[in-house]
Amino acid sequence: MSGHVRHLYVHLPFCAHRCGYCDFVTVVGRHAEHASYVDALLAELQLERGLLAPELETVFLGGGTPTFTKPEELARLLAALPSADEVTVEANPETVTPELACLLRSGGVTRVSIGAQSFAPRLLATLERAARPDDVRAAVYALRDASFDNISLDLIYGIPGQSSADLDRDLSEALALEPEHLSCYELEAKPGTRFAHAHGAALTRQSESMEAYFEQVVERLVAAGYRWYETANFCRVPERAGGRDLRARHNLAYWRGRDYLGLGIGAVSTVGGRRWRNAPRLAAYVAALARGERPERVVEPLPADVKVRERVMLGLRLDEPLRLAGVAPALDRAGLDRLERLGLVQRGIDDGGRETLALTPRGRFLGDGAAAVALA
Amino acid sequence: MDQAHIRNFSIIAHIDHGKSTLADRILQLTDTVPAREMREQLLDTMELERERGITIKAQAVRVLWKGHQLNLIDTPGHVDFTYEVSRSLQACEGALLVVDAAQGIEAQTLANAYLAIENDLEIVPVVNKIDLPQADPDAAAAELADLIGEDPERVLRISAKTGEGVAGVLDAIVERVTPPSGALSAPARALVFDSSYDQYRGVVAFVRMVDGSLSRRERMRAMAQGTRFEAEELGFFSPTMRAEASLAAGEVGYVITGLKDVSRLRVGDTLTSEERPAQEPLPGYKDVKPMVFSGLFPTDSDDYPDLRDALERLKLNDAALFYEPETSQALGFGFRCGFLGLLHMEIVRERLEREFDLDLLVTAPNVAYRVKPTNGDWVEVHTPSEMPDDVEEVEEPYIKASIIVPKEYVGTVMELCNERRGKFDHLEYLSEERVHLTYELPLAEIVLDFYDQLKSRTRGYASFDYDVIGFRPGNLVRVDVLVGGEPVDALSLIVHRDGAYARGKALVERLREEIPRQLFDVAIQAAIGSRVIARETVKARRKDVLAKCYGGDITRKRKLLEKQKAGKRRMKQVGMVEVPQEAFLAVLNLGNGDRR
Repeated sequence: MSGHVRHLYVHLPFCAHRCGYCDFVTVVGRHAEHASYVDALLAELQLERGLLAPELETVFLGGGTPTFTKPEELARLLAALPSADEVTVEANPETVTPELACLLRSGGVTRVSIGAQSFAPRLLATLERAARPDDVRAAVYALRDASFDNISLDLIYGIPGQSSADLDRDLSEALALEPEHLSCYELEAKPGTRFAHAHGAALTRQSESMEAYFEQVVERLVAAGYRWYETANFCRVPERAGGRDLRARHNLAYWRGRDYLGLGIGAVSTVGGRRWRNAPRLAAYVAALARGERPERVVEPLPADVKVRERVMLGLRLDEPLRLAGVAPALDRAGLDRLERLGLVQRGIDDGGRETLALTPRGRFLGDGAAAVALA
Repeated sequence: MDQAHIRNFSIIAHIDHGKSTLADRILQLTDTVPAREMREQLLDTMELERERGITIKAQAVRVLWKGHQLNLIDTPGHVDFTYEVSRSLQACEGALLVVDAAQGIEAQTLANAYLAIENDLEIVPVVNKIDLPQADPDAAAAELADLIGEDPERVLRISAKTGEGVAGVLDAIVERVTPPSGALSAPARALVFDSSYDQYRGVVAFVRMVDGSLSRRERMRAMAQGTRFEAEELGFFSPTMRAEASLAAGEVGYVITGLKDVSRLRVGDTLTSEERPAQEPLPGYKDVKPMVFSGLFPTDSDDYPDLRDALERLKLNDAALFYEPETSQALGFGFRCGFLGLLHMEIVRERLEREFDLDLLVTAPNVAYRVKPTNGDWVEVHTPSEMPDDVEEVEEPYIKASIIVPKEYVGTVMELCNERRGKFDHLEYLSEERVHLTYELPLAEIVLDFYDQLKSRTRGYASFDYDVIGFRPGNLVRVDVLVGGEPVDALSLIVHRDGAYARGKALVERLREEIPRQLFDVAIQAAIGSRVIARETVKARRKDVLAKCYGGDITRKRKLLEKQKAGKRRMKQVGMVEVPQEAFLAVLNLGNGDRR
């Protein structure tokens, strides 16, 4: 092994049901194909092994619903994947049984991210989620029992019909479970999804009244002792976590512009000056790897200037300041001055005496608009 | 051909009353165009004209009928082109006045008919479309006869579409229109009634020989301007160009001058022979003054030189077009253009966009103002932002509007005219059903949406024409618009003081809808001088960030961001505020309900 990539993503596309709002690469059911898919993943890992560093920092199993994968196949996959300091698995609440928790634990998983989304049955129904609020609690207890000490909950806000009080209740319910980490996403009606078709108009209508929900989420979680370290991500501050840095290290790698390898259908990799995405077709993927060939991919060259722009775009999502050296060519000085006058960015000097740039809290709520102004 | 066998005539008709069809039929009936080459609206050669069903440039076609040479001089058919019509009429001795049997006389027919009568033309009245089921030829004939003081029996009834009665029209031209009576042996005098420009052959003059004759290769002189040239070729249209050795008194044709600079030969000038020049030129035309002005700015500032070149080219065969460079703080470099009227403006814009592939931002039209600044001399102002802050007097152009409507709409039309500061002038019944109304109105009150309003309030029945009758004092003020505290010159308006508050309020409300929310609050104000008369605020966005961004989302996110940036580039920067180009048109679309 001679590579340098220290972050590995593995895509497990299987789901019990495709939720209306989801635009990830997912496959419903297909139990018979779980084994051949895991074979294919491991074959792709073999083909790309040369890109990986001897020691990995993070592995992330995303989906789909990774925990919907047949337990024996999930166990086989976990056993065969390289070990890492942080191994995260995404899980739907209703799939997390005490048995599964033990399976994950013994498979080397260190962190579980639970797709709770909401604790209101009415809103869960709108999202077409199968889990009941009690399933979320049961999942967290099962994981705690299996001695997981790094649990993340996903919440969605801005659901059609969700009042500000509803959101507050969801946040209270989530906080009551004392998760180490929370990801809070505004519901997006992505073009082409069934959800956009069914609820797009409602989302547009309510967009003004729900404009303040993002602020509400941030205020509530920060007051509860969480660090707003990325636009949509929060973790317990070290003082309330035994000194641990609970930021998601795998995702942090994306935001810091590190290279990563992605395995599985639809998975994206970025290595050096290239980004590629595996074709999102299950059968073709399995067949290609069964022949010992790489799956069909769409390759995007990433010239240095594009990478620098991405660094700015991603770096400004974080609460940690972005170092100016290196990204300066991508910045529009006049734009930065304007943002500074508006109180949306803050320039600074880090411990090493280097110039830095970060969005102010207000700037972070306007992150996309601010980035568009900051970039040359 | 001797003058006794020549007849020069034009056709006066409202749009859609069948002028082009009649012209086509005449070309067919006289075997000028073989049937297999016939296509509709043959004379309307420009693509634009064919689509709109109207004619812009005058053109002359020679046909032969029963031993006579008939020259059909085409006239444009719209209110904006009265000036071009009058040019054409000066080259004729007669005119066919064509009226749709179902529609009767329209305001514009009236205007052009009066023009023909003023020019002492013999008028041959024609009722067209008698084949239509809803036609009422007797009523139309009675109106026509009444208008020109003719016996209704002498009104011809035809269908240009089926060809019925068209031969009778040609006979009537021969019988009724007087032949030209120029002096054949006198020094040559030819009236230039139009011109066009050919990339290879230079300026082509359309002429009516009045006296004497001119020949190919003859040295000629344009008497008013003194321009000298040798005629490379001369001839007539039939309907394509046919070269001839010479053109003699009474004839109509073209002269290829070889001049490469259009400004050296003005329409209205008189051509004479260099060798044996005439003493006096023919009476020329007055210069037309554009009355409606608008700023034309390229959407992409890199296109400025292309816009300049395009305007130069258009000016070659559109003498009425006026332009001068204009710099707007908000819109950058462009041109202030003057037009005869709104249709003229619309046609110029369309030609620029279509023929020259330019993407343009056209500011709301305004009229010319005469302004006397305090302690200064009178100046003419073409842009609201040029209006000085301290003025003693302001004058604005007035028109006499001529409107024909069915009698049940008289009330609603009078109401509209009164809303627009109109002064009632005259009311007359054309028939039991139809009324001719005249009003004096400020031109500024009709340049925005008067015609649309007139049409919609009369269910399309009203017809409208106008003549500029001069400048008159007005109690006018300049309303400025400030966006984020910065004045936006392109949005300034000049309005009557009584309407200033309502217009200012409507404008800022409209702008609030057009200007997207930004990263900060944006104040939009309307002000007269330093006094703010209306204010709206575009509240700052509270959130502008997409939640999810992981390894698989980065490319999509980056592309969205680039799109957002590109969108910003299409916006115009006013101070720190990004204003979409559409906002500059807001002033165009102030609903009528908002006015006063």
